[in-house]
Amino acid sequence: MIPGPFSYHRPSSVADAVKLLVSLGDEARPLAGGHSLIPMMKLRLATPEHLVDLHGIAGIKGVRRDGSTIVIGAMTTQHDLLASEMISKSLPILHETALVIADPQVRYRGTVGGNVANGDPGNDMPALMMTLGASYTLQGPGGTRSVVARDFYQGAYFTSLEPGEILTAIVIPAPASGHGYAYEKLKRKVGDYATAAAAVVLTMSGGKVATCAIGLTNLSETPLLAEEAAKIVIGTGLDEATLKKAAAAAEEIMSPAADGRGPIEYRKSVGGIMVMRALKRAAARAG
Amino acid sequence: MNDMAPTREQREAKLEGMGCKRKRVEDARFTQGKGNYVDDLKLPGMLHGDFVRSPHAHARVISINSEKALKVPGVLAVITAETLKTVNLSWMPTLAGDVQMVLADGKVLFQNQEVAFVVATDRYAADDGINAVEVEYEALPVVIDPFKAMDKDAPVLREDLVGKTSGAHGPRKHHNHIFEWTVGDKDLTDAAFRKADVTIKELISYHRTHPSPLETCQCVASFDKINGDLTIWGTFQAPHVIRTVVALIASLPEQKIHVISPDVGGGFGNKVGAYPGYICAAVASIVTGKPVKWVEDRIENLTATSFARDYHMTTEIAATKEGRVTGLRVHVLADHGAFDACADPSKWPAGFFNIVTGSYDFPTAHLSVDGIYTNKAPGGVAYRCSFRVTEAAYCIERGMDILAQKLGMDPAELRLKNFIKAEQFPYHSALGWEYDSGDYHTAMKMMMETVKYADLRKEQAAKREAFRRGETRDIMGLGVSFFTEIVGAGPSKNCDILGIAMFDSCEIRLHPTGAGIARVGSKSTGQGHETTWAQIIATEIGLPADNIKVEEGNTDTAPYGLGTYGSRSTPVAGAAIAMAARKIKAKAQMIAAYRLEVHEDDLEWDIDGFRVKGLPEKTMSMKDICWAAYNSVPPGMEPGLEAVSYYDPPNMTYPFGAYICVMDIDVDTGVYKVRRFYALDDCGTRINPMIIEGQVHGGLTEAFAIAMGQEIRYDETGNVVTGSFMDFFMPTAVETPHWETDFTVTPSPHHPIGAKGVGESPNVGGVPAFSNAVNDAFSFLGSTHIQMPHDFWRNWQAAKRLGAVG
Ligand SMILES: Cc1cc2nc3c(=O)[nH]c(=O)nc-3n(C[C@H](O)[C@H](O)[C@H](O)COP(=O)(O)OP(=O)(O)OC[C@H]3O[C@@H](n4cnc5c(N)ncnc54)[C@H](O)[C@@H]3O)c2cc1C
Repeated sequence: MIPGPFSYHRPSSVADAVKLLVSLGDEARPLAGGHSLIPMMKLRLATPEHLVDLHGIAGIKGVRRDGSTIVIGAMTTQHDLLASEMISKSLPILHETALVIADPQVRYRGTVGGNVANGDPGNDMPALMMTLGASYTLQGPGGTRSVVARDFYQGAYFTSLEPGEILTAIVIPAPASGHGYAYEKLKRKVGDYATAAAAVVLTMSGGKVATCAIGLTNLSETPLLAEEAAKIVIGTGLDEATLKKAAAAAEEIMSPAADGRGPIEYRKSVGGIMVMRALKRAAARAG
Repeated sequence: MNDMAPTREQREAKLEGMGCKRKRVEDARFTQGKGNYVDDLKLPGMLHGDFVRSPHAHARVISINSEKALKVPGVLAVITAETLKTVNLSWMPTLAGDVQMVLADGKVLFQNQEVAFVVATDRYAADDGINAVEVEYEALPVVIDPFKAMDKDAPVLREDLVGKTSGAHGPRKHHNHIFEWTVGDKDLTDAAFRKADVTIKELISYHRTHPSPLETCQCVASFDKINGDLTIWGTFQAPHVIRTVVALIASLPEQKIHVISPDVGGGFGNKVGAYPGYICAAVASIVTGKPVKWVEDRIENLTATSFARDYHMTTEIAATKEGRVTGLRVHVLADHGAFDACADPSKWPAGFFNIVTGSYDFPTAHLSVDGIYTNKAPGGVAYRCSFRVTEAAYCIERGMDILAQKLGMDPAELRLKNFIKAEQFPYHSALGWEYDSGDYHTAMKMMMETVKYADLRKEQAAKREAFRRGETRDIMGLGVSFFTEIVGAGPSKNCDILGIAMFDSCEIRLHPTGAGIARVGSKSTGQGHETTWAQIIATEIGLPADNIKVEEGNTDTAPYGLGTYGSRSTPVAGAAIAMAARKIKAKAQMIAAYRLEVHEDDLEWDIDGFRVKGLPEKTMSMKDICWAAYNSVPPGMEPGLEAVSYYDPPNMTYPFGAYICVMDIDVDTGVYKVRRFYALDDCGTRINPMIIEGQVHGGLTEAFAIAMGQEIRYDETGNVVTGSFMDFFMPTAVETPHWETDFTVTPSPHHPIGAKGVGESPNVGGVPAFSNAVNDAFSFLGSTHIQMPHDFWRNWQAAKRLGAVG
């Protein structure tokens, strides 16, 4: 449980950080809250020779409104999210989700940027970002670009981040007022990653679902968007039969690993249950 | 008497003696981060050691190449079995009469087995060093499933035992067999089964788990080359035993070995045995002449130092159709892993598992236990348990529920019908124990009345109907458990460790101003001995508990004791403390008689001193007697006021309790909720009710963890898949249920203060309560027994198998 040797760098601007990452090459890794990276280093599953700490960089922390979007700086911690009034008001699902990530200690250090950039299928924020239609601002040696969350995740720990790129912000279109939302996460205990989790954001009109997006956490190598399931519920009043159909459609795209959280069959089955519960709870909240 | 003289109540309260909820004196330092643990120790020039461990569960070690490791800056030495052979320490004896490799000698037998010990100037260099040691392995077929260990063609695990047809506990039936232990009357029991109206038979497994103290196992060994003294600071629950073991295996004179247990952050049985880390640190210190520290990390703790349980109990009960039990037959397959490193009293290969008749009046019983080797970590230790009483309590408490189900009887009613009656004590059990005291019916009825048991059963029946009608997806279970423990090992007639009788000891020395120090052979690992031992003395000799300093853990100053585990501290050391105090009191009485100019027999004890019978104003306080002991003792008497007692208990003590768990399970996810947990404990005389309550809370939390998910699990190739707190269930405050505690008091008739011990009761009684609740919840769907642990996915699997989902 002791990491291998590494050198530590603390740049003060994104440009400097990018420069460092480029010059140090493959053996360098950005360090945010360290709550995914450092445990892996202690197990020597990750052995970066250089850590480029992003804490010294001004301007990539905090939550602000920009027109019809909400912009979250990469270095905003989970705790900052929980404390933000803007988030509670405009993006309450983010608040709900941050509350079921790890424990208070981890949330004081862990950042939203690290959570979405990490590429671990167990992280809760990525599926949520896909559900919300968020995009990530990436700054690298070639300049700045924007990648939508739905295109970002390619495999376990494998994302569209290019060498030398840093994720600086997450841009989320503000959901319609009166939207319903829910993040249903089944976990073994506080501090555990999801056995299965589902994010739902929807709007209702005349007792029927008008729009709906459903995201799934830790039920595949990457976070998933359950598009078919969402289609099934649109136009319905979420009767029991529709819910079951939606859950079945969601289960169709799940391919979780068998691990201490349970065998594949179980994780898929409870994945379906999480979808149904999230749909019901979201609908009940929709105004 | 003047008006301001304190009342009797005030004088008594001032002592903070037995029965007082005295605040824990050790907490002042623990809660401020000022404890003094092994890892706080920093000695000049101290080196650090760490292990190269095997990735394989079973493999031949072809070669170990340390060349690269020795080039890592800071790395000073790499110790292997070959190095240890030069000092005859490549193997060490276990407490169970087996031998165990200290470092891999030719092969490895479990994943994470110690292969080489790297010594370096700091922890970081040591870890870099272990990553640079090159070990070549040739993988061998593994034995993980205990039921396959004695297959004819099972791989030979212990090549060192090839050809040995008998071991420390008699004949071996197979190359992977360790011992067979049988107790009871087989013929009589077989006959009872032939005559029985009703019988049950079930394989009840108690899975492998691990005691997980906050602080892992660790030590600092420091060899003084000039004097030849070896000092070892370590996380030892039994420091004196460690000293003797070191003297025996390292052939060092015992007076030159100093074993010190400083503050220890929990033990739960994990810190009783001797581990390779201790030997390697000591050898490394002897080789380098520098102090060497070894500190285990969490993964190493979970995967390499001793596990607990792994008992597979085929349980049969015979009964009449009215529900009177007539016979018990149990066969245990005991998985000990690669080496039999059980920390039991030496003559008890399966500990006190023969307490398996529990709280019931079984006319006859028969027990057999087969110990076997597998490619798993060695052990097993008594995890908050008096040597397999935990497994035994689980076995009989599940068994009684299964029998109740078969009889169509309420499980509480079945228990009431079969309890040993208060008037039957002392009671001789069919498997050889003499239960000292008990009043089971009272405790059980109190539990049932408090929780309104009958109403709960009615609610459950209604819920089941609602479930059948499809109105709810929750099922409700009531888990009843009535346990009898056997603790306080133990009487020299049947308990020893490596030939040393399991007595315990106390030395009390009083100072002139009415204060003193008590040194005790036990060793607190968090139980609060500094608080409670002083309370016993306060009541016995009338000095305030605050005036008594308690010291444990230093083998140079403490009298020889066998340490703390198996709930033995209060039954054995606690008795020694009372006896030493009584010796002091007897001398104090002579001094008081002399000073008050009366005959000793004319004095009577009065809370905090002596008074002359019939003359209540003629008194001498213990405080004044202390002063007198140092200047005006009777002619011919030695000055001073001190005493020592070594207490060999005449019998074990038998705490008991009635527990109930009310649980709801959502069949769609397997998620359970403990709605209510009530624990009534009878531990005899209660020294400090607050500490008892704390012990019960802690033990119940462990029981909850074990029953509901805490497991050391291996995959089929022998990889540990639950090697960290991510997967090894350690509940947080969020998961932990609320505990309701209660008590009755049935003092032990043979213990000087009537106390029986309580530390382990909640773990022993708690596990069956949780498991019975889960099993009870599912029973109406047609199941008789579901194995632990009852984590979410397994509950869901049970629901699915029983047709309740999908
Ligand atoms: C006990 C425990 C329980 C946990 N439980 C959960 C849970 O239930 N749900 C959950 O979602 N998470 C959980 N986590 C993970 C936690 O949320 C992490 O904080 C988070 O995954 C990573 O954020 P970080 O800021 O700590 O990133 P770091 O650990 O510093 O970095 C993670 C990875 O992302 C890269 N990275 C970080 N920031 C950037 C950036 N701005 N640009 C490019 N690359 C970057 C790093 O190089 C690294 O590869 C848990 C962690 C622990 C220790």
